[in-house]
Amino acid sequence: MAAPAIAATGLVKWFGEGEAKTTALREVSLEAYFGEMLYIVGPSGSGKTTLLSVLSGILRPNSGSVSVEGADIWNMSSDHLADFRLHKIGFVFQDYHLFPRLTTAENVAIPLILKRQNWNGAVADAHKYLEIVGLKSRADLPPVKLSGGEQQRVAIARAMAGQPDILIMDEPTASLDGDTGHSIVGFVHKNILNEKRCILIVTHDSRIYEFATRILKMEDGRLTGIERGAETEEAKHE
Amino acid sequence: MKGILKLAYKLLVNDKAKFTALLVGITFAVFLMIAMTSLFAGVLKRGSATVINLGASMWVMDPAVQTIANTIGMPDYVLDAVRSIPGVRYAVPVYSGGALVKLRDGTYQYATVVGLDDTSLFGRPRLLEGRIEDIYGENAFIVVKDPEFPKLENPRIGTEFEVNDHRGVIVGIAQVTSSGLFGVPTLYTTYERALQYIPNPRFTISYVLVEPKNPADIANIKQQVQALGYLALTKDEFMARISDFYMYQTGMGMNLLIMTVMSFIIGLSISGQTFYTFVLENLEKFGALKAMGAKSRELIIMILFQASFTALTGYGLGIGLCSLTTALAKIRLPDYAALITFWNLQLALVMVVVITAVSSYFGVLKVLRIEPFDIFRG
Repeated sequence: MAAPAIAATGLVKWFGEGEAKTTALREVSLEAYFGEMLYIVGPSGSGKTTLLSVLSGILRPNSGSVSVEGADIWNMSSDHLADFRLHKIGFVFQDYHLFPRLTTAENVAIPLILKRQNWNGAVADAHKYLEIVGLKSRADLPPVKLSGGEQQRVAIARAMAGQPDILIMDEPTASLDGDTGHSIVGFVHKNILNEKRCILIVTHDSRIYEFATRILKMEDGRLTGIERGAETEEAKHE
Repeated sequence: MKGILKLAYKLLVNDKAKFTALLVGITFAVFLMIAMTSLFAGVLKRGSATVINLGASMWVMDPAVQTIANTIGMPDYVLDAVRSIPGVRYAVPVYSGGALVKLRDGTYQYATVVGLDDTSLFGRPRLLEGRIEDIYGENAFIVVKDPEFPKLENPRIGTEFEVNDHRGVIVGIAQVTSSGLFGVPTLYTTYERALQYIPNPRFTISYVLVEPKNPADIANIKQQVQALGYLALTKDEFMARISDFYMYQTGMGMNLLIMTVMSFIIGLSISGQTFYTFVLENLEKFGALKAMGAKSRELIIMILFQASFTALTGYGLGIGLCSLTTALAKIRLPDYAALITFWNLQLALVMVVVITAVSSYFGVLKVLRIEPFDIFRG
């Protein structure tokens, strides 16, 4: 099998101290591969979002390591890690976090601007990504004028504008009705996923499971099994 | 970096309500700060009006003199003694005092009378009308055309009036650099005529105006004058002495300082609070930027740029507003003393920089503390 896009080993993460201490991740290990659309599912509070944050380099684990494309991300300096996220990872947040004071195209251009592309060039390029998600005609509108599904697509276009190898999607259907959510993830599966890209999705929406390459189940900070795909991570160690 | 600054700019100015509130806060604070300090600067300049207008390099006076207005007469020998000091190119007496002018309608108007040395007329004003030699004519006076001029019923050449029950006639209309502080008209005449017209105590010389041969002689002249029991000051030193008097001994300085500090506090609270709220409202967005790969220093630059842009725009608007209101006030109130100097502008700029620094400091702290993970948690 090819080298994994993401390899996590023995991840432990807790919050708080003493009686208030809550363990969110307990010795979690997993691998995700290019060309894969990997779902992490589980009930609320099971540690899905914490795991996604640790894997994407925005939350430091208490122990364990994460290797992305062979680079140990938690050994990087904070600036280096920020650069790494900028160039390798795209985020689609649950609440989109679009900037209401910018136009749709300007929102999509943000990763390009952070990469030091000039403003006009970045906004022009953003139109290409909006075309991919079918929203070119909405480029000059502020996000608040768009529907929830359209905003989600803008968020996807923004994540894609940075041309990331890894796309992280947190509860992509949580704010959408069933049909819209299904069509959005279907769109990602059809148009965004390719053999050079790995997509990690945290969700508990079973209506979109059909697009998953693998589905890992989490409970109480542990990977407990699979819904679909190869063996569980636990099974691998057994 | 330009793109990031433009992003910061758009996030700021596209939030029109907040941006307007920020600008109003800063503009209002700058307006108040400049208005207060410019009023003070104007008052101080007017307090030294005679010193500026006569233009002498050095002034000899009684050591108890604090302002140009509270003259203490010096005996005639002081003039001779000063003239004999090595390094003095020339020294002339000047008289400065007050007189009552009886107007045509029978009312009285107080006026300042400046008596110039009869021989040299040193310190004479620039004439708009008339000839300077006419000052030697019988009962001749030159009137200064300043904001107080109408109080003498807008006299013309040839206008007659009474000065302390003596006949006076206007032979010239003059212009001076600075108007006086106390809102009274100014008349120029010769030193000898001033002594005749104005009741005097035993000693009559208000000041001796001195021109040193060169700047190196100033120290020696001061020393020699001090040995006589009097005080010699350069023009700048005398103006500083007058300013110190108004600033520290009249309460004027403290009152205006309090007003200026209050303006600063108002500006700081309005702008600081609004900017902090602006940052708080955008905190999640800053967190999202951090998650996407923006470095902390880039976010700091964005916040500093937003704060500085707002501050400088408000600063410019505040200066403009203050200049406009000062100009309008001077049309309606010729005595309005406000004078906007570079010092006023610098002080306001420093205060605006402090407001910016304090406002951005708390914003930056908040943004540095936001964890991208919080964005995921929602």
